[in-house]
Amino acid sequence: MGQETGRTILSLQGINKSFGPIDVLHDISLEVKAGEVLCLLGDNGAGKSTVIRLLSGVHQPTSGQMVMDGKPVLFRNPREAADHGIATVHQFGGTFPLMSIGRSFFVGREPTRWFGPLKLYDRKKANEIAVKAVQNFGITRIDDGDRLVGGLSGGERQALAIARAVHFGARVLILDEPTAALGVKQATHVLRIVNEAKKRGLAVIFITHQVMHAMAVGDHFAVLIRGAVAADFRKGERTREQITDLMAGGETMADLEAQIETYMDSHDGHPPQAVSA
Amino acid sequence: MNRNTSLGGLLRRPEAGACLGLVAVLVFFGIFGGLTFLQPAGMASWMNVAANLGVIAIPVGLLMIAGELDISVGAMVPFGAMTVAVISGHFGLSIWLGIAVTLAFGVMVGLLNGYLVIRTAVPSLIVTLGSLFAVQGVVLGLTVMITKSTSVALKVQGPAKAIFGDFVFSGQMQVMVLWWLLIAAAYVYFVHFSRFGNWIFAMGGDKVSARNAGIPTERMTILLFVFSSTSAAFVGMCQAILYNSAQVAGGQSFIFNAIISVVVGGVLLTGGFGSIIGIFFGTITFAIVNQGIYYTNFDRNWSSLIIGVLLLCAVLMNNTFRKMALSYAPKKGAK
Repeated sequence: MGQETGRTILSLQGINKSFGPIDVLHDISLEVKAGEVLCLLGDNGAGKSTVIRLLSGVHQPTSGQMVMDGKPVLFRNPREAADHGIATVHQFGGTFPLMSIGRSFFVGREPTRWFGPLKLYDRKKANEIAVKAVQNFGITRIDDGDRLVGGLSGGERQALAIARAVHFGARVLILDEPTAALGVKQATHVLRIVNEAKKRGLAVIFITHQVMHAMAVGDHFAVLIRGAVAADFRKGERTREQITDLMAGGETMADLEAQIETYMDSHDGHPPQAVSA
Repeated sequence: MNRNTSLGGLLRRPEAGACLGLVAVLVFFGIFGGLTFLQPAGMASWMNVAANLGVIAIPVGLLMIAGELDISVGAMVPFGAMTVAVISGHFGLSIWLGIAVTLAFGVMVGLLNGYLVIRTAVPSLIVTLGSLFAVQGVVLGLTVMITKSTSVALKVQGPAKAIFGDFVFSGQMQVMVLWWLLIAAAYVYFVHFSRFGNWIFAMGGDKVSARNAGIPTERMTILLFVFSSTSAAFVGMCQAILYNSAQVAGGQSFIFNAIISVVVGGVLLTGGFGSIIGIFFGTITFAIVNQGIYYTNFDRNWSSLIIGVLLLCAVLMNNTFRKMALSYAPKKGAK
């Protein structure tokens, strides 16, 4: 698909972001390549969402530079990011439950046709294109563009949103916790679609805190801790345990287990009481 | 793509509840009141009510689909009536000037409502509650200050009377009925056949996603508020021209009546679902209940009870139909 695999499409260079006196991101440098999946890992509050918002034009960096295709870029709003081919898909697909598949697929870019002097929304064309685009991603159960999005499963909604992004020429696909709300089978579905997008030469940024899901599709991993890149490595360079430890803030699971054991030794074998709310 | 041909397909549409509601009240009043209310004189009585309400209910319903609410229409009706009566009646200026200024004021209030809603995080119910009282105060204060009275006479002749405030079809049906049909047709095109309609549904479904998809949500919100307040001012203006006078009070009934019509018409209160045809039928249903009671032997004091029950039934029915629409998936070979 046009894009040469392995070429850097978008990079962040020394990005800082603060909201008033609060520094959220320090000196973030990342790059995403065509046909690769960059997994952005990190605990809640590590700054993953802020990175996404910078990439998708919701916020602007305080300092540092974003470079796309070798040229510095600044996205002042989501529309500008979208015009550069950056598409963000959120946890629930960012779609509209009570709209039809065809209508929500084309929101904001409706196909129209002329009927005498009137410009009409072309429902038939919209439905056909939407259904075809989703089926190309292997979701063959969707065959009626008039169905409401709310009646689809979580995985199907993600597929719809990803198909939509690809259809409208996305080059960088940002997936914000796409598997977080899904069951095991549905999540596998989504991971397969991520692989499919990768095969088509898209640069994918996959945000998650499920290490298993990340390892299933990722080529390149970055772990964020308190707003900084704590580790940046490629596929196969770290084990699952090491990544989990990194995400837990550098504190290794082994340490934690040792602590609990010591506690139990000194408390007649009782584990520490969980602090309730 | 034969979504409209089967019974199930019809039931899944937003206006399904409104259609069934309309049939139910027709049967009810047909049994208890005879068929007189379907003859021209009877029909005019509820069509006039439906038309005046319907011109306001459609834009109010659109705002609801977009996830907003406008209750200031209750003040915009007397405001519109009084503006044209003061300018063209009290001061005796040209009726066309009165009409132009009235509609301009309607646009201004709409712009103000819309601007306040998008600039503050205050829910539109509260914003328009504020403007409801503010406009009521302005109407009362200014009218008494200028005319020393709370009722102003207005005499209109010629084309303006014929266009805005006369009777048609053997002198029983208000010209407003024609306006209503015309305006409803224009809205059907705008909402269901142009691309802008899609934007309104998207805004009601998820405003942030809609904005990210490149929809100018703020401009659309302001536009819809302008539609509703201008429509209300228009209805007030036409009533003043029709009845040759304007009062500072009245109009509040439009707030609840419009909301009832819209909800009976299948619009989801939280936005994102509904149709103009549904609102249209919802308005007729409301008007028939409102007027049909006069054709029965019932004491008319009971009409509010019927409207209340109707509203609850409609909401429950619409919920059921919406669930059916959501869970609908075509089954291979099944009929």
